Amino acid sequence: MTPNPYLWLLPILPLAGAAINGFLGRHSSKKSITAIALVFSGAAFVMALILAAGFSSAAAPYYFDLAHWIRAGSFQVDYSFYLDQLSLVMLLVVTGVGFLIHIYTVGYMWDDDGYYRFMSYLNLFMFFMLTLVLARNYLVMFIGWEGVGLASYLLVGFWFVKDSAASAGKKAFIVTRIGDFGFLIALFLMVKHFGTLDFTQVFAAVHVLPSETGGAGLLTAIGLLLMVGAAGKSAQIPLYVWLPDAMEGPTPVSALIHAATMVTAGVYMVARSSAIFDRAPMAMMVVAIIGTLTALFAATIGIAQTDIKKVLAYSTVSQLGYMFMACGVGAFSAGIFHLMTHAFFKGLLFLAAGSVIHGIGGEQDMRKMGGLRVYMPVTFITMSIATFTITGFPPLAAYFSKDEILWKAYSSPQGSWVYWLIGVITAFLTSFYMFRLWFLTFFGDYRGAPAAQDVNHPASDAHALHAAHESHGHGEPHESPWVMLGPLVVLAVLSFVGGWIGIGGRFEHFLAPVFQGGMGTELSHESAGESASAVTETLLMLISVAAAVLGFLLAWALYLRRPQLPARIAAKLGGLYQAVLHKYYIDELYAALFVKPLIDGSTTILWHGIDQGGIDAAVNDSADAARHISDSLRHMQSGNLRSYAGWVAAGGAAVIAYMVWMGIR
Amino acid sequence: MVPLSYYLVLSGILFVCGVLGFLIKRNIITIFMSIELMLNGVNLSFVAFAAQWHALSGQVFVFFVMVVAAAEAAVGLAIIIAVYRTRETLNVDRVNLLKL
Repeated sequence: MTPNPYLWLLPILPLAGAAINGFLGRHSSKKSITAIALVFSGAAFVMALILAAGFSSAAAPYYFDLAHWIRAGSFQVDYSFYLDQLSLVMLLVVTGVGFLIHIYTVGYMWDDDGYYRFMSYLNLFMFFMLTLVLARNYLVMFIGWEGVGLASYLLVGFWFVKDSAASAGKKAFIVTRIGDFGFLIALFLMVKHFGTLDFTQVFAAVHVLPSETGGAGLLTAIGLLLMVGAAGKSAQIPLYVWLPDAMEGPTPVSALIHAATMVTAGVYMVARSSAIFDRAPMAMMVVAIIGTLTALFAATIGIAQTDIKKVLAYSTVSQLGYMFMACGVGAFSAGIFHLMTHAFFKGLLFLAAGSVIHGIGGEQDMRKMGGLRVYMPVTFITMSIATFTITGFPPLAAYFSKDEILWKAYSSPQGSWVYWLIGVITAFLTSFYMFRLWFLTFFGDYRGAPAAQDVNHPASDAHALHAAHESHGHGEPHESPWVMLGPLVVLAVLSFVGGWIGIGGRFEHFLAPVFQGGMGTELSHESAGESASAVTETLLMLISVAAAVLGFLLAWALYLRRPQLPARIAAKLGGLYQAVLHKYYIDELYAALFVKPLIDGSTTILWHGIDQGGIDAAVNDSADAARHISDSLRHMQSGNLRSYAGWVAAGGAAVIAYMVWMGIR
Repeated sequence: MVPLSYYLVLSGILFVCGVLGFLIKRNIITIFMSIELMLNGVNLSFVAFAAQWHALSGQVFVFFVMVVAAAEAAVGLAIIIAVYRTRETLNVDRVNLLKL
């Protein structure tokens, strides 16, 4: 443990940017807003780089106690930060990708009236995300956890005049709140049983406990509740429904919050709590099963979506499922590795998709795109790199991370071939829907609306809101400005080479001290690295690459060679296709199961019954009664002297009568 | 010897006359006289009790009441004259500026 007095600067920098832009931005020029937003987020990135440069595994973890917070008897929580290998990785991802997306935003949101607001929210998000990542105890983590939820709400509902955006923001916030509820109860359990929320102390207390192999116990309960929180934040079954709707937000938001950083907070939290999960095999299994199912489930939905951002959203849900699968089989570092590469390539995919949307005037429907590689070559090249990355083609980043997960799912003691098989099927589906997107968007002929109509096009994208401000008409698809393309290129390079740091298990070794805790699993696996398993590993690797190639070929056959075929297949599949197209009617199911009873119950019982019938009625009736009584009493005060005297006499008479009656002498 | 109850009945009658006069009459001077009537009704019961119980305190009290009544008469009449000078009426129903 080494103190590091600079840790607190990291979150504070973006907060300062958010405060300056938020309070003063309305009246400042766009240039100064841009400068402030970029300088403060860039400074955070530079700080992170400096910390990384000075990072030594021997001295780690670093910590810094900023202030006392809660002191109640033996229970204390401080506002303190913590930096170990795991948070360092997260730190670099959050500040690095975050900074790139800030730059991109300058180009994407420049014409929007709420530019200063947007920049301020982005910086605010960075602050909370860094708080989450740098927290030294669960409570400070929870602050960041809730804070990123707030920022997500503000940014999803950024175009709040649009009804769908406003309700998507609410949905995102409320659904994740359900998860937060589980997280909070897990914290209460920790306070009750361990008397502390500090990471190190909790894990030390956990180490003393035996592994709960037989049945459910305290650690299983905590683990499952933490997973509920993670499922909410990271959009896993059954709480994933908010993420696709969150695509109502501007594209930089989708890239930053709903692909690269915030949604991975759940994975980070589960990895951070690895000591707890290690001793609760049942909770681990649940994590793995949820992750695996989500990966497959979301991938199948992604196949039939026509909105380019929705495809990417389901892809994000699916990839997060992979990460949880990795955590669930004890391969935490593999999960974090995929988290990192995912941040690169999914951030890139979203930004490139944003560039496409920007370039054709706010259209998001892939059926109206096509042939765009001619119009926007840089976007095309970067997007291609991202597509080949996510589908797992060697030697791109996700090839290493996804392969690591699949191998661990197969080989780790908690793993099983079922996870692996579903993982490979998902990889095939991923490859199929990603190349479908790629072919539909960039190949064939442009299917968009002809020139001049586009400005008032009732596009589904909120982009239409500011399309009217654009000076350049959207007659023809055009390439985006370099301020947007620059981040794309940087992320493309990272997506290309980002996986190389994992070669030879270097990434895993780097993270090993964090997960060493109760960790028999990962290390024992390494020692058992026989030649037989090496053969198996190569074989499995070949199979997953083959699955990716197969997906590519299928997408090529269906969407480039014979574009009329998909419609015929869809017609033939009928009900099944409809179910997939409508996302298995999950939203409708939730609406019928939870939302409608809740609304009805609230309307009839809580609103009309208790509120109007009980509380309001009590208040109104007592007010009415007071008014009536005082209305009659008012007439006593007539101003007539003799009537006053009469009341005095009557009162005296009443007193005397009473005394006579009671016989008081 | 006249029984005590006779005095008390007379005292009560006087007092009630005073109250009724106070409530019914509109002229301030009449009201003022009604007040005096009430005071004297009470005085009568004081002296009656004093005679009955051979206690002097009742009679002393009556002197006090008389003194106060005399002072009150002086002040009261002065007020009445002042009211008449400003309002040019002695009807209490029209002296109602304090009413809302």
